[in-house]
Amino acid sequence: MSATDPLTTADGLPLKRALMRAQRSARWRAFVLVAPLLLFVVVTFLVPIGQMLHRSVHNPAFPANMPALTEWFRATPAGTSPDDRAFAALAADLKQAAANRTVAIVGTRINYDLPGTRSLFTATGRRAAALAPPFRTALLEADARWGDPALWAAMRNASSAYTPGFYLSALDLTRGNDGTIERVPEQRRVYVPLFLRTFGLSAAITGLCLLLAFPIAHMLATLPLRWSNLLMILVLLPFWTSLLVRTTSWIVLLQQQGVINSTLVALGILGDDGRLTMIYNQTGTVIAMTHVLLPFMVLPLYSVMRTINPAYVRAARSLGATSWTAFRRIYLPQTVPGIGAGALLVFILAVGYYITPALVGGASGQLISNLIAFHMQDSLNWSLAAALSALLLGAVVILYWLYDRLIGIDNMKLG
Amino acid sequence: MKKLLVLTTAMAGLALPGLAQEVTVMGWGGAYTASQIEAYHKPFTAKTGIKVNSVDADNPATPIKAQVEARNVSIDVASVEIADAVRLCDEGLVEIIDAASLPAAPDGTPAMEDFIEGTLSECMVPTDVFSTVVAYDASKFPNGGPTTIADFFDTAKFPGKRGVKKGAKVMLEMALMADGVPAAEVYEVLGTAEGVDRAFAKLSSIKNDAVFWEAGSQPPQLLADGEVSMTIAWNGRIFNAAMADNKPFEIMWDGQVFEWEGWVIPKGAPNMEAALEFVKFSTSTEPLAAAANWISYGPPRKSSAPLVGTFKNEGKVPMSPHLPTSPENLTNALASSLEFWADHDTELNERFNAWLAAN
Repeated sequence: MSATDPLTTADGLPLKRALMRAQRSARWRAFVLVAPLLLFVVVTFLVPIGQMLHRSVHNPAFPANMPALTEWFRATPAGTSPDDRAFAALAADLKQAAANRTVAIVGTRINYDLPGTRSLFTATGRRAAALAPPFRTALLEADARWGDPALWAAMRNASSAYTPGFYLSALDLTRGNDGTIERVPEQRRVYVPLFLRTFGLSAAITGLCLLLAFPIAHMLATLPLRWSNLLMILVLLPFWTSLLVRTTSWIVLLQQQGVINSTLVALGILGDDGRLTMIYNQTGTVIAMTHVLLPFMVLPLYSVMRTINPAYVRAARSLGATSWTAFRRIYLPQTVPGIGAGALLVFILAVGYYITPALVGGASGQLISNLIAFHMQDSLNWSLAAALSALLLGAVVILYWLYDRLIGIDNMKLG
Repeated sequence: MKKLLVLTTAMAGLALPGLAQEVTVMGWGGAYTASQIEAYHKPFTAKTGIKVNSVDADNPATPIKAQVEARNVSIDVASVEIADAVRLCDEGLVEIIDAASLPAAPDGTPAMEDFIEGTLSECMVPTDVFSTVVAYDASKFPNGGPTTIADFFDTAKFPGKRGVKKGAKVMLEMALMADGVPAAEVYEVLGTAEGVDRAFAKLSSIKNDAVFWEAGSQPPQLLADGEVSMTIAWNGRIFNAAMADNKPFEIMWDGQVFEWEGWVIPKGAPNMEAALEFVKFSTSTEPLAAAANWISYGPPRKSSAPLVGTFKNEGKVPMSPHLPTSPENLTNALASSLEFWADHDTELNERFNAWLAAN
């Protein structure tokens, strides 16, 4: 047996291959064990999110129901003014769509880009059967708006099922008649300011949560177990209470005729007409959300602080460090994994918060999720809702990546 | 034995068309369905012998859409809001109902003229009218409450905070009416850029005094807490708070914006004939009036108004003053325009949100 001969098992198989075979079966077993969870995650999480992301760039309402006109748009370059063939195609499609009762679906799609056109489609659709050549004259007689270049630009944009249009809308941008991208008029710019406000408020809430949670977690971690368990229940009790109950309690406390204002007036600190406005604005949103999200900061901090050996700080003090230096250079760095986990949790939850700002936000405390809800439930423009959600998701992913680069995700400790 | 079974089955099958006298009606549940059972279902069965099965859904429009698309329809008649009715109708999911076939009023006025203008549509027969109104706490205004929609926007004359609906729909219409636009011209004006500017300018005049609400349960609560002295609200909620909790809440009907709901028949309803029969019966003059005794939603037929009685037929609270459709409440009222909001919903709500965010 020379040194170059491969090692073999008793039945003559090379050891490497035997090992691989044994490992393969172990891997299979492991895979089969996690398969149910994997399937669950794929079916309930990845597929719906994928569908939602797909919807944000894909809306087939126009090409599916207006085939002839879609064909014309495909055959002509952007900016072509509609010719007789285009009007004939439009009339034919409208007739067919009216027969199938899909005109309103097409109208709704164009209405996203050009408000006020849904009724143009439905009204013309009702009379479509009577349209006769020459179609250009017939359509313009039915409604002069059929000659509007803006309408034709909007129809061209909608004629491809895949479109970046919903992302443009979500960023307060629009496409001009000649296809260039421009900002929407100032009074309709709503999404970008709301995104900025959502991130600003979420950052403020995260900061407040950290400020409040740090001392609490420290106390819980240093008290004897008997006491800390009791106090922990006080942290968890609101955590177990319904979100709606907690939000409404804040309304009771903070409103102008509420507990706090009435107490201040009774004590003579405030005049009856000088009652503070603490709710139905940003202040209310920040207070209520900070309270609701506080446990998400306390718990990871606590779990990290529990493991910090008090001997380190004592050693630093014995070596001559002031209490501030010992805290800053010895204690604080050891809590970073907890701070990171808590801050990330609170921030991500805050960015997507919906019910609390809806109830106590008033005019200035609304967040982007309230508009996503509006487009899901009221305007039924699910593509725009999907685009807004995707932007939110993208921002959070970027943040997560930044966190990973700066602090390192392995460092995070969730409890 | 087998033969006998086959025979009886065949006989039952033959007899069925005569006996299959039942109709399944889907409603919203709660006090609303209760009012329909008292006013429509029971008298209909008593008159025709056709049994009515009542089932509930959160919003019947959703199951209707699902059932028709899956071609497995079990519902014969469903109660939906006008906005959903038009959407279902546009998508071809519900039957077109010929308004000319509806029964005339007792005095012979044809149905087309008897229903309040604009409420009849291709696929839906209206059953009741609900409204967005101005409500106030009477105890806060000892010298008399507001009397016109302009008073809602006049914080000098009627000091105090205002509860404002967080949304463009209804608020813009009310702002224009308060600014002196006659109800009949509101949508015409709102269709122009200047009209929209004008509505927002009027809203801006109370922005600093506004408490914005989103859920329908909030306005009665805001009034009860004393957070606002006047609020925009849905009339049914205010009536309930006044009746059930004995609150001194009053409704000011000037400038009300009303909407309506009613019956649709899904495409492929299993008992089409009985369904149509039920729709015709329940939307005739007397049943519509009877329903208004159970809930503060108004009958959409003008001929029903004089027949409305008292709350739960107990003889204590006359219902007429509490209905959006009573002639004295309709002097300055606006029918919400479906067409307009289908066209401008997104655009104006974006503008409304931008307006909210601006200082």
